[in-house]
This record gives sequence, C-alpha cells and structure tokens, in this order.
Amino acid sequence: MAGGVGISTGPAPASERIAGLSASSWRRAGLAAAILVAIALPFLIGKYHTFELTLAMIYAVALLGLNLLSGYNGQISLGHGAFYAVGAYTAAIMMQRWGVPYWATIPPAALISFAIGVLFGLPALRLEGPYLALVTLAMALATPQLLKYFDGWTGGQQGINLTKPVPPHWLGLGRDQFLYLLVLIVLIAAFWVGANLLRGRTGRALVAIRENPISASAMGIDTARYKTLAFGASAAFAGVAGAMSAIVVGFVAPEGFGLLLSLSFLVGSAVGGIATVSGALFGGLFVEYVPNIANDISDAAPGAIYGLALLMLMFAMPVGVAGYIGPRLARLARRPRASASNPPGESKQIGSIAIQEGRKP
Amino acid sequence: MRLATRLFAYAAPLALLAAAGQYAAAGGTYGPGASDTEIKIGNTMPYSGPASAYGAIGKADAAYFTMINEQGGINGRKVNFITRDDGYSPPKTVEQVRKLVEEDQVLFMYNTLGTPPNSAIWDYMNENKVPQLFVATGASKWNDPKGHPWTIGWQPNYRVEASIYAQYILANMPDAKIAVLYQNDDFGKDYVIGLKAGLGDKADKMIVATQSYETTDPTVDSQVVSLQGSGANVLLTAAIPKFAAQVVRKVFDIGWKPAFFMTNVSSSVSAVFKPAGLEKAVGIITAGYTKDPNDAKWKDSKELGDYLAWQQKYDADANPADNNVVYGYSATNTLVQVLKQCGDNLTRENVMKQAASIKGQVLPMLLPGVVISTSATDFAPIKQMQLAKFDGTNWVYFGPVMSGVGS
Repeated sequence: MAGGVGISTGPAPASERIAGLSASSWRRAGLAAAILVAIALPFLIGKYHTFELTLAMIYAVALLGLNLLSGYNGQISLGHGAFYAVGAYTAAIMMQRWGVPYWATIPPAALISFAIGVLFGLPALRLEGPYLALVTLAMALATPQLLKYFDGWTGGQQGINLTKPVPPHWLGLGRDQFLYLLVLIVLIAAFWVGANLLRGRTGRALVAIRENPISASAMGIDTARYKTLAFGASAAFAGVAGAMSAIVVGFVAPEGFGLLLSLSFLVGSAVGGIATVSGALFGGLFVEYVPNIANDISDAAPGAIYGLALLMLMFAMPVGVAGYIGPRLARLARRPRASASNPPGESKQIGSIAIQEGRKP
Repeated sequence: MRLATRLFAYAAPLALLAAAGQYAAAGGTYGPGASDTEIKIGNTMPYSGPASAYGAIGKADAAYFTMINEQGGINGRKVNFITRDDGYSPPKTVEQVRKLVEEDQVLFMYNTLGTPPNSAIWDYMNENKVPQLFVATGASKWNDPKGHPWTIGWQPNYRVEASIYAQYILANMPDAKIAVLYQNDDFGKDYVIGLKAGLGDKADKMIVATQSYETTDPTVDSQVVSLQGSGANVLLTAAIPKFAAQVVRKVFDIGWKPAFFMTNVSSSVSAVFKPAGLEKAVGIITAGYTKDPNDAKWKDSKELGDYLAWQQKYDADANPADNNVVYGYSATNTLVQVLKQCGDNLTRENVMKQAASIKGQVLPMLLPGVVISTSATDFAPIKQMQLAKFDGTNWVYFGPVMSGVGS
C-alpha cells in the first residue's frame, strides 16, 4: 500500500526518464504493484490480520477526510469521530431497520455526513484556529450523549447488532477476505476522489485559504464556499469510513464513538502527515496497530508506551511519515536529472507542491 | 487484473490447506488452547478510559489464577490467562477478542466486562462456537440458552433483583402503591420487567406510576415530584449513581417518605449516599449477594481471612474493600470449579456443557445461603440475594436470602 505515496508527489513532466521510463510511468507502475500486493494480501495472511488491515484501511479513509480539512484547508477538527458515527449509524439503521443491503448504505452515509458537515461548516466560518478546535472538541464530547438520547433510533446504550454481510457464493471468498476487498475498493475510490480534488483548482484554493485567507479572497477565491465545501467533503469521507466500520465490525454503540476516537484520528493524521494524501495510509496503520503493540509490550501502562511512540515519531518526523518520505522519494527520483539537461532551479519548482504539502498548517 | 486472478488461483488452495490443517490438529480431548500442560483463557477489560475502575476485576481474576497455578494448576494444567484492554469501546472489544480467539487460540473467553462490549462479540462467539463464560454484566439477555448457547452470565441479573423486591413487597406491604423511576434503556427496563414478573397478577394494581429519564437529562427532580404526586408509598429507583444521588436528595427534600428500594448498581455509600447526604439515605433498601469485607460480621471468619491473605499476596495493589476485587475473586473461583469438572476433556463443547452443569457451588465471599447453580436451560448462575437496609453508615443485611426469577 505504500505505493500510494506516488499520488501526492504531484505531476512530473513526461520528458524525464529513469531507466528508460518516465517518472510518471514509474509512479503508475509502483501504484499498480502496490494495489496488486494489497489484493493478494488477504490470501496470504490469516483471518485476524486481514480484519486488522481492513480496519486500518477504514481509518485511512477517515483520515483522508481529516487531512483535507485540517491539513490542506487549515481548519482543525477535534471532532471527526462525530461524522464517523453519523456514517456508522446511517448504515446500521438502514441495514437493521429497513433491511437495506449493506453496499447500498455507503452512498447515503456519504450524503448524510456531507450534509451535516456542510451545516457544521457554516458556523465554523466564524471560528478561527483554536476556537474552531474547541467547538469540534465539544462535538466529540457530545456524540456519545446524543447517540444515547435518540435511543428510539440508535438503540441507546445497547447499540445495534448487525447481521454481517455474506459474501456471494460464486466468489469463493471468506467473509474477512470479502470485506477486506470491499473496503479496498472503497479505499481506492476514496483516494482517487481525494487526490483529484486536491490536485487541481480546488486543492490550490484550499491551500491558498489556509496560507492567507485575505490574499486568497483578493485573488477571487470564494473562501466561505470552499471552507464549507471542505467541511462537507471531509465529513463525507469520515462518514463513508464509519459506515464501513459498522459493516465490518457488525455492531455500533455510543461507547465506540467517544472523544478518544476523535483524538486518535487527529493523532493518526499528524503522524501520517497531515497535509498529504498518502499520509492517511500511514496514519490508518498507526491508529490501528500502535495501541495494540503498546498493549502487547505492557498491559500495565499501554497509554504511556503509546504516548512515547507518538512523541518519538513526531520528533523524528515532524511533518509526518508521508511528509518525511515524500520529498525524499521525489529527490531520489530527481537525482539522475542533475546530470541531465534540466537546470536544478526548474526541478525545484516542480517539486514545490510536494514541499508545500509537507508543511504543517 | 489477470495477475490477481492467477495469484488467487495459487493462494486459494493454500488457504484451504491451511484451514484443513487446523481442523486436523483439533482432534482428541483438547480444543484450541488446551494441552497436557496448559489451558489458555482470554479476557477483555477496560484498563483504560472512563470505565477503568472495573479493571480491578481483571486484575483480581489474574491474581486468582496465579494462586491456582502456584498450587499446581487445575488437574495438573497451568492457566495461561491473557487479558487485554478494550477501553470499554465495543469495536476494540471485537478486535481484541478476535485476536485472542484467532491468533492466541484461547480455549474460551471469560469474564469479559460490560454490556456494550459483550453485545458486540455476542454473535461472533456464538457463530464460532467459542464459550463466552461468566460475562461481567447484569443484563438479563445473557440468560438465553436457546438463542445464544455459548454465552452465560454470572452475577444476579437486574430482573432477578427486581423480582426479589417484588417478593418482599408482596409479603410485607399488601397495600403497597409502587412508583418506579427507571433509566430509559435495557438496564432500567429490566427492572420494570422483573418487578412486574415478581408481582404477578397484582402488578397492574400495585404499580401506580412509572417515570423514566435519559442519561442526558440534567436532573430527575421533576420525575421525583410527579411520582410523589401519584400518592405512591413505595419507590423503586433503577438509576445509575449520578441520578440515584439526585433521587435520594430530592425525595428527602420534598418530605416524601416512601419505602425506598435502590438498585444494587447504585448501592455504593461513597459514590451515591455521601454526595446526597448520608442522613438523607437512612432506611433505603437494596439487595446484595457478596460479603462486604468491611462488615464487622465477617471480621474473624476464615473466609475473610483467606480472602485478605490472597489479596495481600497476589493482588497487593488492590483495595481489599473494593467490591470489584471480591467479584473477581468469586467469579474466578466458579470458573476453576468448571474447569475441574471438565477433567481431561478440554474441548469447547465440554467447557460449555460443564459451565451449564454447576450443582450448588458455595463461594467463601458470597453471602451465606447464596448458591451457584446452572443447567442446560438455566444460564443465570446466581439467582439469590439478600436485602439490606442503610443505617446511616453501613448496609445492614436482614431477612432470609431470597431467590428471584431471571428470565
């Protein structure tokens, strides 16, 4: 999956060739290889590890949404667990109450989360930096309470047990393999959408607003529109992730969507590289695996080990894993060029998007 | 994608082979996780997060197994107790339990804590036919031998408790007019169901008012006032500690003097009565089943001496007066009995069968007269409790140990 790094390093001219292939061909080949490995994995590892990876991919989708909002657009959210919960409960209620098939719950989960995200984005326009962070923190705190309050819909404290999807017989797959591949498809789709959204005009507008909202609006960017859109799109990613988690875990309850979830999203986002697309993958792996590893090392103080791992990572890679690896990979790809005809100044400009992406807001 | 198809063509038979190998290994009298020398047991607990006070149960469980292992184990086999933190988050519980069952290959799960976490793994355990023994929650739904034959509770469930209050009311207050205040979820509703079941055909006549609250409500004052207005002379409160303290204070402040029954969930003197004011709680009745280590009555008994000696040697960091420690000590004792009964047949089927055939086990730290028994149709091990009245400082037990109805 690490090949996803390629997405964020921006376009490169086709003229540069490494071992006879252009940089973009290398990137495409790397991406294809990574996807093939990802497809093969569930057939090579056990059921439980497949399940763990499935969860990591789900977190990656949610983190992609958070990166879009907090990394690219500079709006810090401490409450993305709320949108994740909206998606999870949308899927759960549709499946259990109305008998909707699991796959059909993902688009409505995206739509509803998007709508709620936009609604939340409107008041967020008036809030900057730490104030917005505080409001979203309140949202994270309120989520379990709200879920308990609307217990007619949500099943309250007891939650909702879901029937797990049965893979189509003709596929011959186990349930965990099937869910893994399903989530992989959603993950690829989400990253394709996310990368396209951020690569073009929209992405530049979002970054411009983050860097300097006044000059952005002077350049004709409708800051209000882009900021609410960023909130909506970000919530939609989180909602899709939530819906998939409900389908994969087979159970939703308010305790699963507390403050800790929202905070671990932000941590995962920062560790992966908050202003990158591929960072979400590393973040997803961190959110899924590091607490478990901490628990394996010491059951007395897993929190301390987790915190230590987090501190060391942030010390070694202040801009996150993808923010650390991305520019180095790009430099590696550029090295043969130094002796070629391109002057170094030009290649620096090409890399500017990647470098900018590595910055923290 | 053709490569993917080819990969799949190679991988699928391999996966099948691996699966077949697993089945071949699981023959004989041992299930996964059991051998001549070891019994592997899994557990999840909230060692972190808002419910971490319950982590004391997991530590007591582990400490009890340490003692058993030092004494030579169970039928010569050492217990390997693997307990993991789920932070009371159901998705995390699913993950941890799958790891324990599929990776660590435990024989069964034991004493997993909390109603939401156990609900999350309920179907998984039953689908995969892995015993989910003595879950640490009081919901009545664990007593479902037909629908979920691989899950069994331990402590008296909420309906058992409510039906015991009903018996007491029927015997001692023939002209009772009962008001019920309950939390609007399965926990609170279990009390209403249990009370109605216990009162039988008198229920409609005796219950004159019910009020519910949501955990998001700021106070329950208006509910208490409205219940008083119904003219009731008995109040049953099924509320968690925060709201129970409010009820105790409000009932006293408005001068209402009903016979006041309080759920065992909120019977903690320090968490409920102290905040409300100890003098306001005098006369409240609850039901219990464990011995309070602080109660002077047990001070010189061998049972308490053994308990304190165990705690000091194996669980030294714990507070011996913590009811959670008594809980873990007692529940694990029941589990050891089940494993002794299994003899050399340590398959998942036999473990479940033996857990459902406990015949009158008496435990040192449960109240005298409380007996643990299960059968193929009865998955509620403890169905007896004794009433206790609060005297301003302590709970004073009175009357006989009573049996309730748990389903």
